[in-house]
Amino acid sequence: MSTTALTCKNIEVDFDGFKAVNGVDLTLDRGEVHFLIGPNGAGKTTLVDAITGLARYTGSVTKDTAGKGAVELRGKKVHHIARAGIGRTFQTATVFENLTVAQNLDIAAGAGRSPWTLLRRRAHLPANVTAVIEQIGLHEHADTPAGILAHGQKQWLEIGMLLVGDADVLLLDEPIAGMGADERETTGRLLHDIAATRAVAVVEHDMDFMRAFASRVTVLHAGTVLAAGTVDDVSNDPRVQEVYLGTTHTESDMEPADAATA
Amino acid sequence: MTRFLATRAGIWTGFAAAALVLFGAAPLLLSGFRLGLFAQFLCYAIVAVGIGLAWGRGGMLTLGQGVFFGMGAYLMAMHMKMADAEFRNGPGSVPDFMELAGIRELPAYWAPFSSPAFTIAAILIVPTAFAVLLGFAVFKRRVKGAYFAILSQALAGAFAILLIGQQSMGGFNGLSRFRYFFGYNLDDPVNQQMLYFIAAGVLLVVVAVALQLRRSRYGELLVAVRDAEERVRFLGYDAANIKVVAYATAALFASVAGAIFVPVVGIISPASIGIVPSIMFILGVAIGGRASLVGPVVGALAVAAAQTALSEQFPSAWTYAQGLLFIVVIALLPGGIASIAAATKRFRKEPATAEATA
Repeated sequence: MSTTALTCKNIEVDFDGFKAVNGVDLTLDRGEVHFLIGPNGAGKTTLVDAITGLARYTGSVTKDTAGKGAVELRGKKVHHIARAGIGRTFQTATVFENLTVAQNLDIAAGAGRSPWTLLRRRAHLPANVTAVIEQIGLHEHADTPAGILAHGQKQWLEIGMLLVGDADVLLLDEPIAGMGADERETTGRLLHDIAATRAVAVVEHDMDFMRAFASRVTVLHAGTVLAAGTVDDVSNDPRVQEVYLGTTHTESDMEPADAATA
Repeated sequence: MTRFLATRAGIWTGFAAAALVLFGAAPLLLSGFRLGLFAQFLCYAIVAVGIGLAWGRGGMLTLGQGVFFGMGAYLMAMHMKMADAEFRNGPGSVPDFMELAGIRELPAYWAPFSSPAFTIAAILIVPTAFAVLLGFAVFKRRVKGAYFAILSQALAGAFAILLIGQQSMGGFNGLSRFRYFFGYNLDDPVNQQMLYFIAAGVLLVVVAVALQLRRSRYGELLVAVRDAEERVRFLGYDAANIKVVAYATAALFASVAGAIFVPVVGIISPASIGIVPSIMFILGVAIGGRASLVGPVVGALAVAAAQTALSEQFPSAWTYAQGLLFIVVIALLPGGIASIAAATKRFRKEPATAEATA
């Protein structure tokens, strides 16, 4: 299943004259784990901020939903974009520390609840919440306050919160930062698992993790797309090697992305 | 014990015990004067329950609850002045304080307050609607934290100053010398006791409403907004709406408390609703424990009682005692009186657990 879920065209984010993102095109397909890599300041997180409504931009982001057609997301409010099926995580896992794992997921699953439902007690957990608790491996911690979970478990909980909220496009900002080898492996498999029916984009610095789990890679540099393709395509691209290793002169750094690689 | 109180049976037991104290023990043990004071403290406790919801659960430091308290109080006072004037001089006559100020014509906005139904509706609706409008204006713009606190405090100051300038609202002296409360003579001790029972009953209702809000899914969502507002927004909720509900509920509680305060105390003036009284409301909640259900009630009652007791003995000492109390609680017991049990438990456990986790 490889249908396009999200299409970004010519995204530009301007911070008072500094173009943090400068004309980026990006498509995210369902069934793929799409890695966004690039050096610090390349504009990866800013791009995610733009898509999710946190940063103002020019260009266009459209969400394709089977049966509903394409919807333009630019100019919509953050919570409307989230309701449209775009879910994101943050560099530092952001969960509700004073609430239990089950409560965290129940809140994430309930964005469409009526006031009447909200004002009553939760009789039982929704079915999708119990399923996701299982999927993210936290079934033994359902009643644990999220604040005392291990670092990696918080990241999984945050991903789980997007799953119960029926996010169709998941934008994950450094989901394995600070994780041990086993946790990385588990996270990688979880990402492939959930990407079966969804589009997953991962902003990441870790090259080993990228090589092991990426279906497709887009390299950003200085706000533009430097290269895009499979892991091998990208690793063999001399410009990518230059940016990452700094082998030759730096004039070409500011060159716009080659259209053929996009 | 805390675990038992969280069960259904525990909640009923808690309410039954509170009702027994409020409706049984207190009227038997306290003199008429003391019961009147207690009724006044209960009004502060009603405000405190609302602050506990908005601040303790919702993270909105409402430093200006005097505004809503004052709205409820003045709306009730207007009705009582109108009723007194009608009783003395017939319908359409001018309340006594206006005569003294030389106002011969009844201002148009006073006229509807001769109706008890209109007054009660206004007490319930006006402050709540004001809080909803203000809440949307503030929270949609994502004003929060200290900025929100300063804004609400400034509002309390502005409201008091506005009232001082209004001769037709009693100005600096406020409204006082009430004779009747919906037809009941306020000099009659039986009616004074009835006012106490109203305050006690309203407090129980308000605590029950706050309890339901805490236990509901909304209550969980409110805590989520307090702790990580951005995360809630990125899950598809409009966080402003969630905050407005808690803020408006707190405003409603404060307004009802103000409306009961007026017949109980017999006077309302700008001095009872400005910045200092607003801080007093917050102080009680902080000392009692803002995040707990009963903490704000206990704190408000304790602070009010301590203030009365200390100012009877040492009139100038209260201000210092108040400051000291505040510092001690914030420094040593940030969770307030309500967290004493948990804090002592942690203190006793510490030596054992420190070794276990090492």
